[in-house]
Amino acid sequence: MSQGVAVVGIGQTGFRARFDELTYPELAQQAAMRALQDARLSPDDVDAVVFSMAPTQFMGVNDCDKWSVDFVWARNKPFMRVHTGGATGGSALHAAWAHVASGQYRRVLVVGADRLTETPDAQFILNLIWDPFYEQDFALNTVTMTALSTQRYMARYGVTEEQYARVVVRARRNALNNPNAHLKGEITVDDVMRSRRVSWPYKLYDICPRSAGAAALVLADEASARELCPRPAFVTGLGAISNTVFQGDRAVPSSDAEFADHAELAIAARECYQQAGITKPAGEIQVAELYDPFSSFQFPHLESLGFCERGTAARLSDEGAFDMNGLVSVGPSGGTLCTNPIGVTGLVRVADAALQVMGRAGDMQVRGVRNALATAAGGSAQFHTCTLLSDEPRGRVHS
Amino acid sequence: MTASSTASVEVIPGEWHVRYNYPAGATATHFFEGLRRKQILASRCSKSGLSYLPPRAYCERSFEACDEWVEAGMTGTIEAATIVSAAFENLPEPPYAIAYVRLDGVDTAMINFVRGLDLSDVPAAAQRLLPGQRVRVVFKAQPEGRITDFHYELA
Repeated sequence: MSQGVAVVGIGQTGFRARFDELTYPELAQQAAMRALQDARLSPDDVDAVVFSMAPTQFMGVNDCDKWSVDFVWARNKPFMRVHTGGATGGSALHAAWAHVASGQYRRVLVVGADRLTETPDAQFILNLIWDPFYEQDFALNTVTMTALSTQRYMARYGVTEEQYARVVVRARRNALNNPNAHLKGEITVDDVMRSRRVSWPYKLYDICPRSAGAAALVLADEASARELCPRPAFVTGLGAISNTVFQGDRAVPSSDAEFADHAELAIAARECYQQAGITKPAGEIQVAELYDPFSSFQFPHLESLGFCERGTAARLSDEGAFDMNGLVSVGPSGGTLCTNPIGVTGLVRVADAALQVMGRAGDMQVRGVRNALATAAGGSAQFHTCTLLSDEPRGRVHS
Repeated sequence: MTASSTASVEVIPGEWHVRYNYPAGATATHFFEGLRRKQILASRCSKSGLSYLPPRAYCERSFEACDEWVEAGMTGTIEAATIVSAAFENLPEPPYAIAYVRLDGVDTAMINFVRGLDLSDVPAAAQRLLPGQRVRVVFKAQPEGRITDFHYELA
C-alpha cells in the first residue's frame, strides 16, 4: 500500500503579464527557491524534481525544461517534465505524488513556469494542437473550442450570458484577497456584458488573461511532513482521466462523456472521492480551486464534481452558493479566470487549495477547511485531474 | 517582428520558420479522394455499429478495425456552434461561424465553417445556430481533396 504524502512547502512568484527582469529559467528558480524556503529545506534535501511545463512555443525556446535543470536545483537528481496541456500542473503534481507514495523518494520538488505574452501568437500556437488534416483549418483554439461546449451547455440548460457574467464578478472580487492574482477588482455584470464580443457567448471579460509566473510545491512522505511542517496539507485523493481530442465524438448522442458537461471530470472526481472517503462533496469539501479559464467552466465542473445536480449550478451561483463561505467556496483566489500561466496553473490550484487546508491563505482563508479540491483541465478539454488536499491523512489511500 | 527594449531590460526579437510535409496516411487519403468526388466518406465499425467523421482506422469503443466506408448525408444537425467576432493572430478574419455538425447517417460530428449567415448581430445569429439546427453541405466547384473543399449552410 502506498505511503501518505503531504504538501510541506509552497512558492509562487505572483502573476502578471510580463517578467522582463527574469529569463524563463530564472523565473522558475524564484518559485523553487520560495517553496524550499517555505519547507525549510535546502536543495540537497530534495530527492527528485518534476517539471510542470506545457507548450514550449510560448517561450520560443524548444523544451525549456532542459534549460531549467540547474536553475531549479535538479542537477544530479532524477528529473522529468510532465505535459498535458492546461492539465499539466495537475498531472505534474500527480507524478510527484507517485514518486513519494511509491516509497521511491521521500521529498520531491514539483516546479514550473510559464509566460504567455512573449509571443503575440499564443492563440495561433494553441490552434496548432489540432491535426492538419481535419480540424486545424477551422480556427479552433482554447477560446473557440470552449465557446462551442458553452453554447451547447447554454442550450441544454437554459443558462444566460448574465449568469456567466456573475461568475466573473465573483472571481475578480475574490482575487482582491489574493496578492498573487493577475486580474482583480470590483466590476459589475454590466461591465462584463459591455466588454467586446470575442466568440459567442464569450465577451473579453469571460476570458482569462495571459499570465506569466512560476509556482512550486514540495511534497514529502507523512513522517517527514510531520517533522517539517506544523500543518501539512495531505494529498488524500487523486483522479485523472483523458478522452479523445475529437470534440465531435463527444458532442453527440452516442458520446459516453457529454461535451457540454465536461463529463469526464465526473469520472476523475469519483475516483478521487473514493480514495479520500468523500461521499457528500457539498458539506465535506469546503473549498474548490477549479481550473476555470472561462466564466462558463464553473457550472459544468461543479456539477461533474458532485456539488450539485446537472443543470442547477447557474441557479445556485445566482443564489450565492459558491460565494466565500457558501455551500462551497469556489475559487477564493479568484481562480484561473483571473490568473492563467497555463503550464503551472494546475500547480497554482493545488497550492491555493493546500494553503486553505494549512490555514495560511491570508485574506483568502475560508473558515474551517478540512478538505479543499483542486482541478486542472487541458488539451481540447480532454485531460482532467482532481486532487484533494486534507487536514489529516484520512481515506483509503492511507489505510 | 521589431526589436524593442523596456527602460532597463534588453528585449531580443525572434521568429520561428519551420516547414513540414504531413503524410495523411491511408485512411485520410481515402477520405480526401472522396472529397474530390464531392463525397464525404465515414469509416464504420460493424462490431460497434459506430460510424466516424473524421474517419478512424480503428474503433475506439470495440478495439476492432473499422471495416466499412459509408457515404455521409449531405445534410446534418448542429451539435455545437460559435460565432467569432475578434481577430486572432494568423487565424481567419472575423466574423465567422464554426460548428460541429453530425451529418445524417454518421454518429460523430465534424467541424467546419457555417457560411451564408448574416453575422452583424451576433446574439441574433447565435439563435439560428442552436444545437438541433439543420444544415446542408456545400462543396466548392473544384474540390482539391482537402477538408476545406466544403462548408455548411443553414438548411
